Amino acid sequence: MLIAIAAIRMRDLFGVVILFGVYSLLTAVLFMDLDAVDVAFTEAAVGAGVTTVLLLSSLRLTRRWEAPPRHNPFFSLLVVGVTGAALVYATLDAPLLGDPSAPVHKHVAPHYLQEAAGEVGMPNIVTAVLASYRGYDTFGETLVVFTAGLAVLLLLGFSENGKSRIETSAIHDQVALKVVVKLLIPLILLYALYVQFHGDFGAGGGFQAGVIFATGFILYDMVFGVENARAVMAVAWLPRLAALGVLIYGGVGVYSMLSGKPFLDYSALSADPVQGQHLGVLLVELGVGITVFSIVLSIFYALSGRRRQS
Amino acid sequence: MTLVLEWTSAIFLLAGSFLCITGGVGLLRMPDFFSRVHAAGVTETLAAPLLLCGLMLQMEWSLDLVKVLMILLFVLATNPTATQAMAKATLIGGQKPLVTESESTKGDSPSNS
Repeated sequence: MLIAIAAIRMRDLFGVVILFGVYSLLTAVLFMDLDAVDVAFTEAAVGAGVTTVLLLSSLRLTRRWEAPPRHNPFFSLLVVGVTGAALVYATLDAPLLGDPSAPVHKHVAPHYLQEAAGEVGMPNIVTAVLASYRGYDTFGETLVVFTAGLAVLLLLGFSENGKSRIETSAIHDQVALKVVVKLLIPLILLYALYVQFHGDFGAGGGFQAGVIFATGFILYDMVFGVENARAVMAVAWLPRLAALGVLIYGGVGVYSMLSGKPFLDYSALSADPVQGQHLGVLLVELGVGITVFSIVLSIFYALSGRRRQS
Repeated sequence: MTLVLEWTSAIFLLAGSFLCITGGVGLLRMPDFFSRVHAAGVTETLAAPLLLCGLMLQMEWSLDLVKVLMILLFVLATNPTATQAMAKATLIGGQKPLVTESESTKGDSPSNS
């Protein structure tokens, strides 16, 4: 909370971005303390990792120092304070966090905990809930990511030939950095694939894997230059890959519908229902991973391809 | 868990924590960017593997131990690289390290950074 207050009060936006990264890391540690490993993993990868890079790239396009406020903040502080006090008063009646006798823990949560191994057949219950029991919500999340990337691409767009960025010489002479990064990028990509396909058994899944995979490409782009990066991953393919990911996800649902079952019912995918659940979760996480990877990379290219506007 | 393992693990953990704290103090108190980066980089490159070794000594032989070992190797590889990249980028950007001319060092060749 101290970090949040410091981030609000600071005028230097570069420091604010770094403080946001620290805040995300501490939130990830808090989630680990609450035994939510998948959420902590996603928070660390997205918040402390990719978001810091994307915010720094967007900071390049604007000023570094925040302009002093021109309005009197006391009225807005009063409104926020009254609303916050009303919300806190309303939560005083709610059961304590993690209370096992709370109504929210008695409805479907025991069913998930007990039946997930039998019905879905995978040890990681979080992935089972995310991809199978609540697959429709995850479809919505994937579409939200896709729409966000679409909005960024509509507003900023890719630069045509990639040469509009000012070449910096600070990276050019860094031989040690280039050697180490060359050794590390295959390991990063391999780890992303491991996280993607190991999500059934350990912490992992499509979101984290997509972000880590995009991080490898972003690192390559930052160290070796735009031309090399565009030669590796053509920019025109990124929107197609994003659409492909969403199409895979929706395609699984439509295939289930065409087989006579409800939308996104994975037991229609194979003769054995548990086998069908496995296949369905695999395909669905693959779709999520592809979409997240291409959208994160698109946003990075859209932000970094612009010249400084000031 | 044997007594030797416990004591070794405790020594490693305490040493790693001490190095983390001194790295933080150096980060705050050093006058110049280069000395700050040097303080933080060197101490934390040793502190993280010490802490991880202390943790590894408390685990039995399993896949988790190999994963912690991989994390250790990754930190050993990336932390010095990041420190060197930061310092070199700052040097190329034009900031010179803070060097004082005193009576005793006049006539000596200036130190290379």
